[in-house]
Amino acid sequence: MEWLIEFPAMDRDSLTAFKKAIDFAFRDFTRAYGDAFETALLPVKWFMFWMEDLLTESPWPLVLLGIAFIAWLASRSLKITLGVIITLLLIGYFDMWEDTMKTIAMTVVATLLAIIVGIPIGIVMARSNKVQTMINPVLDVMQTMPSFVYLIPVVMLLGIGRVPGLIAVMVYAIPPIIRLTNLGIRLVDKDVLEAADAFGSSSWQRLKNVQMPLALPTIMAGVNQTIMMALAMVVVASMIGVPGLGLPVLKAISNQYFTLGVLNGLAIVGIAIIFDRASQAYGKRLQKHLEVVHG
Amino acid sequence: MADPAPEIGISIRNLYKIFGPNPEAYIDAVRQGMSKTELNDQHNHVLGLKDINIDMPRGAIQVVMGLSGSGKSTLIRHINRLIDPTVGEVIVGDQDVVKMSETELREFRRHQTAMVFQKFALLPHRTVLDNVVYGLEIQGIPRKKQEEEARRWITRVGLEGFEESYPNQLSGGMQQRVGLARALTNDAPILLMDEAFSALDPLIRMDMQSVLLDLQKEIRKTIVFITHDLDEALRLGDRIAILRDGEVIQQSTAQEIVLRPSDEYISSFVREVNRGRVISVDMVMTPLSEAEPGAMTVRSGSVLENAAKKMTEKSANHAIVIDKAGKPIGALDIQDVISAMVTPVDHTMVEDEEDAA
Repeated sequence: MEWLIEFPAMDRDSLTAFKKAIDFAFRDFTRAYGDAFETALLPVKWFMFWMEDLLTESPWPLVLLGIAFIAWLASRSLKITLGVIITLLLIGYFDMWEDTMKTIAMTVVATLLAIIVGIPIGIVMARSNKVQTMINPVLDVMQTMPSFVYLIPVVMLLGIGRVPGLIAVMVYAIPPIIRLTNLGIRLVDKDVLEAADAFGSSSWQRLKNVQMPLALPTIMAGVNQTIMMALAMVVVASMIGVPGLGLPVLKAISNQYFTLGVLNGLAIVGIAIIFDRASQAYGKRLQKHLEVVHG
Repeated sequence: MADPAPEIGISIRNLYKIFGPNPEAYIDAVRQGMSKTELNDQHNHVLGLKDINIDMPRGAIQVVMGLSGSGKSTLIRHINRLIDPTVGEVIVGDQDVVKMSETELREFRRHQTAMVFQKFALLPHRTVLDNVVYGLEIQGIPRKKQEEEARRWITRVGLEGFEESYPNQLSGGMQQRVGLARALTNDAPILLMDEAFSALDPLIRMDMQSVLLDLQKEIRKTIVFITHDLDEALRLGDRIAILRDGEVIQQSTAQEIVLRPSDEYISSFVREVNRGRVISVDMVMTPLSEAEPGAMTVRSGSVLENAAKKMTEKSANHAIVIDKAGKPIGALDIQDVISAMVTPVDHTMVEDEEDAA
């Protein structure tokens, strides 16, 4: 009756052999292609470093004003812009300026990459039900897999540092932008699409003139989610050598430095709110034509 | 009638549409007379259109009338192939729309047809002007020319000053004017109007009908107009086809439909129609027996209501119908005029007459 109490699992030897086979296969793969991947990712690396240098090496008042200006451009709201300035001043005053800038650089680059890769995937997904049924389970896995697990293959393939960290962050943060691009395009009013067809639009014209503009508010909601997830993952990625606010948090956990942890945690909350409010306000402004309604 | 057969603009031949996963399998059964209900109950396919044959006159308004579910919106979508038929031909000029390749079809839609939709289907993120240029924009015409054309038609449909408004700042009637301007700016010879005025309230609808009739005098396009409203059909249609359950049950001029409804279904509609505004004096006049000098004249083609009004104003019992050249072609008796206005003609009466003949 033992088999009823103990689950009849695969015997230990086979299981070890199974795991080993996969590990070795992946290790061989990384040995064979690791360099190729690294070379392919060089432009990303340069972009990453350029962004980080821009934010950390420039005089801080310029950077602060620059960020505030971008927030104003996006939101056109004095309140949000003032909030951004005050948050950044407080962060600087508590000596977290450099770490914060590194985190912002990483988040911005990861989000841009996620948008560049994610939107086309979302578009393809919206055009074909087959592709959708194939990609959806992958996205489900990506969203529920514990974020630490991403770090393992990335480290095996690319080692530790900013670029592997960036890839891990991007992979973690990309599902919302893909899902919401797909959803946004699928929700576009069928009547309007039919009209576009009736006037002889090509499928590119349909995408450019009708589907993308009408899906944009939904896509912006996806961008917002992606930014938030990237920010959360940047902290986790500090475990594989990504600099920024994650490192002091990691240090605080291992040494039980309560205040250090809370301060850096609050800095992350601060920039999360900045990103969130600015991108949401921008998304709302895109829907301006929907606000004024005939009485 | 007396007119020579008008040139044909669009010719629909033996068109069938079956909706379902495997429509080709049932086409022969339908041809051999399987009914819509049978097809639905036994094979779970929906018969959309059955053996449609309509010749739509060039430069005139062809109305397709039917209640919801009759297949009228499906039919109009076959003309620019927004829906592919199961079998059949749609001939425009010397081309069969059904056989066109993807590219040919796109060119056909860009240059030969323009469409107006029941729910307007405007691009909500574009201004009125940017909506109206849409057809020309995707043809790749220079922006300056696009705007020139668009502004002309915006003015023509009475929307001057609203160029920079967004669609949802406008009322339904105004939005449909944008839809009309968008279609007209395309300057295609065929204008497809799918229940274009059905979503508008009655006064605005009448107003838009007048706008359309007015424009048509000038643009002379082949217009296919879908409606569920018989009054609208009679007012606009040079020719009318009536659809029920995917089949054409009568096609003729407005007057013939009112005077000789072909079955109970149509006569039940016709009973509610203001006959005085549809039937023309030509239908009730008697052959000219003797010249009555000094008698009042009524123009050929006037509707009974107008003739009766004129005759009663002058307290005349008789009148002479004259053609465009002023030549007398028939005699009119006030008795006949009034009785034609009030007698509801049933299809049974027509049959009785035919039996007697």
